[in-house]
Amino acid sequence: MILLHLFWSFFQVGLFSVGGTAALPLVQEQVVARNGWLTMAEFTDLATISEMTPGPIAINAATFVGIRLAGIPGALVATAGAVLPGCAVVALLAWVYFRYRSLRLVQSVLDGLRPAVVALIASAGLSILVLALWGEAGAASGGVNWIAAGLFLAALLALRRFRWSPIWVMLGAGVLGGAAYLLI
Amino acid sequence: MNQRPRRVYRTLFFSFFYLSAFTFGGGYVMLPLMQKKFVDQLAWLDEREMLDYAAIAQSAPGAVAVDASILVGYRVAGIPGAALAVLGTVLPPLLILSVVSACYSAFRDNPVVSAVLRGMQAGVAAVICDVVLTLGRDVAARRDLLSLGLMAAAFLVTYFGGLNPVWSLLACGAVGAIRALLARRKGGARP
Repeated sequence: MILLHLFWSFFQVGLFSVGGTAALPLVQEQVVARNGWLTMAEFTDLATISEMTPGPIAINAATFVGIRLAGIPGALVATAGAVLPGCAVVALLAWVYFRYRSLRLVQSVLDGLRPAVVALIASAGLSILVLALWGEAGAASGGVNWIAAGLFLAALLALRRFRWSPIWVMLGAGVLGGAAYLLI
Repeated sequence: MNQRPRRVYRTLFFSFFYLSAFTFGGGYVMLPLMQKKFVDQLAWLDEREMLDYAAIAQSAPGAVAVDASILVGYRVAGIPGAALAVLGTVLPPLLILSVVSACYSAFRDNPVVSAVLRGMQAGVAAVICDVVLTLGRDVAARRDLLSLGLMAAAFLVTYFGGLNPVWSLLACGAVGAIRALLARRKGGARP
């Protein structure tokens, strides 16, 4: 019964989080407010851990909550619930896309969408950059984190000039930056 | 379809597995990584297709990374490809969170972990910046004022206005549709 309940709750999270940014409040609604599966303090931990680990927030939350309530089966069921609505809608959109993308109207819509996608990625990148250079307080707070600024420039150089793989650049920044933060 | 070499399936699965394992900071980090891997490195897709997939993934419910992986997987190797891509994307967070949730307070409070993660932030920002520079240059190179305007407007309302990305996509798609309809009326040519 709890498995069904988990599945349905995370199905709703998966269904209503459009655009990728809105998942966390939906998880809170389901997990804290409606079902009382986590306390608010535990939810804050979950949010912190989701930030610290890779992967989509909805999947992280589904695994975390599922495993606490019903072990590994709980994690699997909750994750499946979070993923399914997206799969279904994407399958439908993909069918439309591959069938009609050569139509001029669809071409034109896609031409409008591509610059928007670049802008969305740029916006997310700038948010992370501001967080890295100035911390939670934002650019208005003044004090630049010079370690982060140096790492950012070195990483950009490695990527654009020397064509390093992004994974190695991120790992390298983690190791170098981690050592610098711990020692200084 | 049945002749598709097993190597393609394997590359597909492991590419997504390792991209997902390094997607610190949400789906927007996954998109640049996918661009680097599937467009630049493997040349399985072209840049326009990748951007189309990103737009579709954004517009559909659920995690952007998962939605985008379905599209790439399907395009490269049909339904089995889509299934493998989703599995590859979902497994790393599932495994990592299963381990971390067992000892999460130790993980959260560990100074080494948080120092390394702080260092990675700068690297993640650089990765996104690199891809944005490349993609932005390509949009600019088309010398189309409307595209540049849409890009600037979408950036401003998302970054400064905090608007949900879905609205930008809807608006830009609508502008594209209106342009096609106007062009058709003016030119009189029916496609």
